[in-house]
Amino acid sequence: MGLAIDIAITHIRSRLRQTLVGVLGVATGVGFSVMMASLMEGSQRDFIAQLVDSLPHITISDDRRTPPPQPAALIYDEVEISNLSTVDRRRGIKNPLAVMADIESWAPAKVAPSVRANILLRQAGRDVGAVMLGIDPKREAEVSNIASKMVEGSLDNLVKASNAVLLGARLAERLGIRVGNTVTISSSGGKTMTATAVGIFRTGVAQVDDSQIYALTRSAQVLAGQTGLINELRLKANDALGARELAARIEAETGYKAVSWQEAHEDLINAFNIRNFIMYTVVGAILLVASFGTYNIISTITHEKTRDIAIMKSLGLRAALVRRIFVLEALVIGLIGMLAGFALGFAMTKALGAVEFRSPFGDATRLPVIYSPIHYGLAGAIALGASLIAAWLPARKAASVNPVEIIRGAS
Amino acid sequence: MTPLIETRKATRILRGEIDTTLVRDIDLAIHPGEFVAITGPSGSGKSSLMYLLGLLDTPTSGDVLIQGKSTARMDEDARAKLRLETLGFVFQFHFLLAEFSALANVTLPMRALGKLSDKAMRARGMDLLTRLGLKDHSHKRPDQLSGGQRQRVAIARALANDPQVILADEPTGNLDTASTEQVFGIIQTLVGEAGRSVIIVTHDPHLARRASRRLHVVDGQLAPVPEDD
Repeated sequence: MGLAIDIAITHIRSRLRQTLVGVLGVATGVGFSVMMASLMEGSQRDFIAQLVDSLPHITISDDRRTPPPQPAALIYDEVEISNLSTVDRRRGIKNPLAVMADIESWAPAKVAPSVRANILLRQAGRDVGAVMLGIDPKREAEVSNIASKMVEGSLDNLVKASNAVLLGARLAERLGIRVGNTVTISSSGGKTMTATAVGIFRTGVAQVDDSQIYALTRSAQVLAGQTGLINELRLKANDALGARELAARIEAETGYKAVSWQEAHEDLINAFNIRNFIMYTVVGAILLVASFGTYNIISTITHEKTRDIAIMKSLGLRAALVRRIFVLEALVIGLIGMLAGFALGFAMTKALGAVEFRSPFGDATRLPVIYSPIHYGLAGAIALGASLIAAWLPARKAASVNPVEIIRGAS
Repeated sequence: MTPLIETRKATRILRGEIDTTLVRDIDLAIHPGEFVAITGPSGSGKSSLMYLLGLLDTPTSGDVLIQGKSTARMDEDARAKLRLETLGFVFQFHFLLAEFSALANVTLPMRALGKLSDKAMRARGMDLLTRLGLKDHSHKRPDQLSGGQRQRVAIARALANDPQVILADEPTGNLDTASTEQVFGIIQTLVGEAGRSVIIVTHDPHLARRASRRLHVVDGQLAPVPEDD
């Protein structure tokens, strides 16, 4: 083994230019794989963050998927009953605190209670329909990113004034409402209240910016005409992609309708799946191309040594020892190249992550990149594997050739 | 006395679209202390015969015995070991490893055999180089040496494991007259040391005449030495 290592190191050291080419070849392959993977997965994560995280992952409401059976139908199940007046149910989630505590005890998610009420905003003689979400600002911050979407004012302003509301930017623009203005809000039940605008938010989702306002739970309950009402629980799951399964389980456990973001936005799922497919295809293709480049360089280096292999074999060195020399060389070049590739990939990712884009509306955004050890591990393992195979195959072939064939050709 | 090398109906056929017979039905024996020259016209099969004698090639049929041991059924590794221990080679082209110093080239077979300590290998390598007049060139790589010097390094390497037989294939083929004389002279001095035999392939009748025995090969078979040579 010592002899093989010695010969391998001498080869590597005395053919610096070739070693450098080999190392660079491996390094570029690894570097670009890492960079592309971090860009692709970064943009994928960003996509989730932008679209999915601005929505609640799961919304639990007091709705049911089927109308509740009437008592008469339960008792006389063989009889067709129609036109009985239905039994009214009290709206809202029963004992919401207990339900929340129950969900939080087992589900990997954060839960925030809210009251959803359809309202009319009245301003300067115009009536505009909107959805009011009554929230608890502290808990809301845990399940939504609304706090980071504030253009003016802040989420905490809600508790600083009585009947304070936050308005979507497009809604505020449409009605000409600024922070500090008063607006009149009336509910479908006929209740009316005067509220003060304390903040304006812009999520980038037109539907939300155009028709949503936030208020404290208490204010919304007053408008809904039911104290203590909580008719919606919103969840932010630790794993956004597992929301569908989690929602099904919550629905089974609590009996309330739980809608995952996947169910609510099937169009997003398609887009998401297509992006995933593109990501794996691109990263896979780059890894393939990179490993092919690595293979080419290493196998060329080994091929050039065919004569040396014949010489060593003719002297009486065992074929296995000769093969080992070249596999070791590839291992060293592959390892150095891999480490250089990690540095290159990291630097390129850093550089890409510093690129800024300006949109006409919002702030400057940067290319979304992530740094994942998995990318490095995968790119490194594939490069090393390709190097070893690239050395092994030609070395095996050269070592199995009768040295006479090469000696005869050379002399 | 057991011959160092003996062949029994050794035949080597190169398989291809048309089979080519390199050597056919060779029966010979090389005894300790012999200096044998293999001659013949080019393409007669004299090099092929040497490769068979040196276990570099395997006979298609027949057998080659080294110190009485049949090699017909040996696997590649066993033959490699036998080469390493008992045979030394010098080729027309020096075949030194380009990246290694003269000394490293000479010690390579010793290291492959692994019987001596590193220090002993270096000492023996230096002794051999000194004997061949290369004491001051031990650290040089082959491309820093002249043709004659390279061939002398190759001879030192052939002697590394103190082989019973030295096989040389046109060892002076690429050298000028002065270097030829020097290298051939050195090869001559190796004969008989501890019973060592030397087999040399050459097309040069002047050199061949200095051997103790001549084997003439024509069309892959042993033939009488021509009168006028």
